[in-house]
Amino acid sequence: MNATKIPPLLSDTLPRLAISESGFVFDPVTGHSFSVNETGMAVIRLLQQGLSLSEATAELHKDYLEKSEVIERDLLEFIGLLREQVDAGI
Amino acid sequence: MNNIRQPCVAITGMNAKPENPGPGVAVARCLKESAEFCGQIIGLGYDALDPGLYMEQFVDEGYLLPYPSAGEDALLRRLEEIHKISPIDIMIPCLDAELPSFIRLAHKLNSLGIKTVLPDAEQFRLRNKDLLRELAEHAGIECPGIKSISNIGFFNDCDKRGWEFPLVVKGIFYDAYVVHHKDEASSAFRKIAEQWGYPVLVQKFVKGEEYNLTAIGDGNGQLVAPVMMKKMALTDKGKAWAGVSIYDQELLNAAIRLVAAIKWRGPLEMEVIKDGTGQYQLLEINPRFPAWIYLSHGVLRNLPLALLHIAMNESVPTFSDYRTGMLFIRYAEELVVPISVFEDVVMQGSRSNSKEVSEL
Repeated sequence: MNATKIPPLLSDTLPRLAISESGFVFDPVTGHSFSVNETGMAVIRLLQQGLSLSEATAELHKDYLEKSEVIERDLLEFIGLLREQVDAGI
Repeated sequence: MNNIRQPCVAITGMNAKPENPGPGVAVARCLKESAEFCGQIIGLGYDALDPGLYMEQFVDEGYLLPYPSAGEDALLRRLEEIHKISPIDIMIPCLDAELPSFIRLAHKLNSLGIKTVLPDAEQFRLRNKDLLRELAEHAGIECPGIKSISNIGFFNDCDKRGWEFPLVVKGIFYDAYVVHHKDEASSAFRKIAEQWGYPVLVQKFVKGEEYNLTAIGDGNGQLVAPVMMKKMALTDKGKAWAGVSIYDQELLNAAIRLVAAIKWRGPLEMEVIKDGTGQYQLLEINPRFPAWIYLSHGVLRNLPLALLHIAMNESVPTFSDYRTGMLFIRYAEELVVPISVFEDVVMQGSRSNSKEVSEL
């Protein structure tokens, strides 16, 4: 199993992000906001629970009919985008 | 919270040009919209077209003051006249340029029964823009280099002396222009010197996102009811047109250290910018409430109301609740006023609710 961890900066920021049902994400410390789709919301919520990359991949694999490798690749790409959004407020 | 009796509060800064509004209308609005406040508001302006003078939903009476250039005696005489018509309990000056006069008059106003919550002259001096770096050190916050200049020739070779463009050219009280080359800098220097006098200030430009904190210093080193905001949209003058409330412990700690260091008394606004490395840089400390103070009411920390408690030596509420993610968006609207009301302001220097603004 892949034990890749969420980047430290994100792991600090993720727990404080407020996500609405519409996918609007707000960082109450930096004031930054952005929006994500339903899948993005699901991913952020998993990461907020402190799941590792492999654990999050396994959870998503239950709901999405894709190979684990594809889910993991997409997850990594999403984390990169998320980091860009979060970094914009740092 | 303690119940406040029904004070008569005089507030200056009733100007409200959209690109750079004064804070007075927003301060009055905070009080009028507080469930606790049952008092009277007197709006004090310097121009018959200051819109706050006519906003009867927030201001019960409006009066003109002499311009600060007329001197403190003229200001005191005018305040005494107004005080005879409508006895003032508390005075909240809201404009940087008038603060020195109000600080010097504070004792005389107090002897008339008019309370103020203001810093002393030394505290006021310490937050002067040209001394900001020293104060920033106290607060443990970075501060871009700043220099007072009186000669336009500075820009001829400033880049060779560590002052590379872009720079920010600022007035001692108001106005700031980001300039990218010598000609632009010279033009900004002339504009500012003409309007605000000398010295003109030059500050190193920092690219980043702007954040503001407003609060009250209680005079004993404690920071009361801090409210933090990220600017989301700016006017041409760089003022916040939209913003959102935030809570950042790092910014708050800097403000706590700053107020503790100089035992600031009165309202203040701390303007900072977060640079590309995530470091806060102190840009200015304003000795008054900001024009966006109405947000404090929206986040459950009504600062003007807290100021009344301090002025009346009452215990200040703890304000344990605070809302992040509250957005403000400013807008401009027109007031329709009979010419007779405007005539009263021009000819008598006052507007009272006895002549309804909405009466057409």
